[in-house]
Amino acid sequence: MPARLQHHTIVALVEDKPGVLNRIASKWRQRGFNIESLAVGHSEIPGLSRMTFTVDGAMHDVEQVTKQLYKVIEVVKITDLTGEDVVARELALIRVAASPNNRTAILEIAHVFRANVVDVAHDSLILEVTGDEEKIEALYELLLPYGVKELMRTGRIAMSRGGAGHHLDDGTQRRYRSAGEGKAQVGSLL
Amino acid sequence: MKLTGAQIVMECLLREGVDTIFGYPGGANLPLYDTLKQYPQVRHVLVRHEQGAAHAADAYARVTGKAGVAWATSGPGATNLVTGIANAWMDSVPLVCVTGAVVSWLIGRDGFQEADITGITIPITKHNALVLNVEEIAPALREAFHIATTGRPGPVLVDIPRDVQQQTCEFEYPETVDLPGYQPTTKGNGRQIKRAAQLIAEAERPLILAGHGVIIARAWDQLVELAERAQMPVITTLLGLGGFPGTHELCLGMPGMHGMYWNNLAISEADLLVAVGMRFDDRVTGRLKDFAPKAKIVHIDIDPAEIGKNIAPTVPIVGDVKQVLADLISEVAPVRHDAWRAWIAELRQAHPSIVIPETDQLLPQYVIKAIYDASGPNAYYVTGVGQHQMWAAQYFWIDKPGGFITSGGLGTMGFEVPAAVGAQFADLKATVWAICGDGGFQMTSQELATVVEYELPIKYAIINNGYLGMVRQWQELFYKNNLSAVRMYQPDFVKLAEAYGLRGLRVTDRAQVAPAIDAALSHPGPVLIDFQVEEYENTFPMVPPGAALQETVDSPYAAAASDGPVRRPATQGVR
Repeated sequence: MPARLQHHTIVALVEDKPGVLNRIASKWRQRGFNIESLAVGHSEIPGLSRMTFTVDGAMHDVEQVTKQLYKVIEVVKITDLTGEDVVARELALIRVAASPNNRTAILEIAHVFRANVVDVAHDSLILEVTGDEEKIEALYELLLPYGVKELMRTGRIAMSRGGAGHHLDDGTQRRYRSAGEGKAQVGSLL
Repeated sequence: MKLTGAQIVMECLLREGVDTIFGYPGGANLPLYDTLKQYPQVRHVLVRHEQGAAHAADAYARVTGKAGVAWATSGPGATNLVTGIANAWMDSVPLVCVTGAVVSWLIGRDGFQEADITGITIPITKHNALVLNVEEIAPALREAFHIATTGRPGPVLVDIPRDVQQQTCEFEYPETVDLPGYQPTTKGNGRQIKRAAQLIAEAERPLILAGHGVIIARAWDQLVELAERAQMPVITTLLGLGGFPGTHELCLGMPGMHGMYWNNLAISEADLLVAVGMRFDDRVTGRLKDFAPKAKIVHIDIDPAEIGKNIAPTVPIVGDVKQVLADLISEVAPVRHDAWRAWIAELRQAHPSIVIPETDQLLPQYVIKAIYDASGPNAYYVTGVGQHQMWAAQYFWIDKPGGFITSGGLGTMGFEVPAAVGAQFADLKATVWAICGDGGFQMTSQELATVVEYELPIKYAIINNGYLGMVRQWQELFYKNNLSAVRMYQPDFVKLAEAYGLRGLRVTDRAQVAPAIDAALSHPGPVLIDFQVEEYENTFPMVPPGAALQETVDSPYAAAASDGPVRRPATQGVR
């Protein structure tokens, strides 16, 4: 019987160097995980980036991959936010067909979802919405009858609520080096 | 003073104490080779295939405990290293591979002999790096050696484009490495160590399972001390052979698929397993859900990812095996387990597992045992993969840590031919035997040229049954003897040896075995002996694939052994 699958949110704090994403993706791939979403960006510490992965998998398998991720030299910290009380958000851009006849109706829906109109054309408009996955999906469903021409989502980013969170505190005033800083620029070209 | 990138590579190698490089030149590492003669203190060994460079460097590392160094050019040179890198990865061997890459402006443009070797080797290296300007070479190599040799060792690859090897800069070797994400835990958790000691004190039927980690951490003295103090019998995995003296009264030999019958039964009866520097490989555990059903498990390993990977331990201890064992010993009070040891001894007598029957036929087990008996505990024994490897593991009760060199995790046929080269370079005065299969030997036999060129007195023993023996055994036992693509055409191995400049000997019956081995040992140069052994011999004991250790099938010779000398049945297997 297959182990019970669960939705996991994993946050990786990594050195900002070429090849890191490839190495991490390789570890997930080796264990047969499909990455549902992935968001990468700079963290509060210069030279370090944060990656948020969402994957589906059994608890034990995800733990194993997490341990494997620590083997990637550039990985500084891994946090599994699964089961924690978190704020999780993603951003979506939705291009929806809009004629003069139904534009008002679409804008009303956008208003309810606190989505912003970021582009208007004769026959379409682009909505920008942030929220958790359910909210974005609900909006998407409501817009479908009008004709969704394009949907783009950033993938989830997540942060635990309250306290100090998962700030890296190694007690040092270490300065992390990023690829562009002129010190060792190593890694594969990805 | 400004140095070229190639000179910087050499300066780094010198500072890391490298005295031997195994390599092969080509277009993209020409600047490295151009620089070589300026550094006569570093010996370069020209192999005949880059896979040989990686395997030789691997064995060199296993013998010396230092990182082995392999060089190759870009593209096919680098991809030829891949099998050797994967081998080192699976067996936790420190390797630093330096590959030349195509000139930097051709990278990503499918340049001649371009291969994305850093991309290719991500899953089989502990770390790798493409160095895109000359200032980065020294830090990259400093990190490479640090990463390869610390924590759980492993291969690291540094890829340097040809133009970067030619650029110049001021050389400064970094004194420290700055790797925030890499800080291996070496000291075990004190509370867990106390819990482990408590379990040892309470155990009635304890066993130690010792793996490669004991040898890597050079913790053999601590292992003996712990085993003697708590009177715990020691089982050594394939790669752990020699980590505990084979002739010690507490040594029980190898467990697992072709391990000793008594070990597989003892593991199944034990109430405590102290696993030291091993990873519960499937060849050790058999069917996982029935492994050691009565045992609590203490798992000591430096790699946190190994803890709980296959077996959930009762007490996990992450740390350097040597340091953890030393801490554990101080917590363990002397105890005895006489009844338990007597039970195992009785089992061992009833199921002797390694019995060589009286027969006129030339049995491979007999040859392998004769080699060990004649050469003694101080020689190095290198093996390939297959039946001969398992017989060597069964019949060599290795005393010397690092004296048994084999491809464990990856199971790389052909490993033995170049690995013997690396072992001999690591200890030029030692006797080095390569126990080869006739199949694997043909995968890497071109390295005989290297052996002769460098006047290495290696003794090659081909256990020649004319088959891919282990595959044939599986076809016989599990595929209704449907022998498919396992019968091999053989060259005349004696003539082949002579063509390369080795002394070649052929042995076809039992009476010739001892004289041939003596002749090989007394000959000052390299020798190859073609032992034309019985074709259909199978390796037993055996745990059938998918079965549990409790279902071990003992050697057919063992069952009759207590009734006096065993005669081999006239026919065995289906012809």
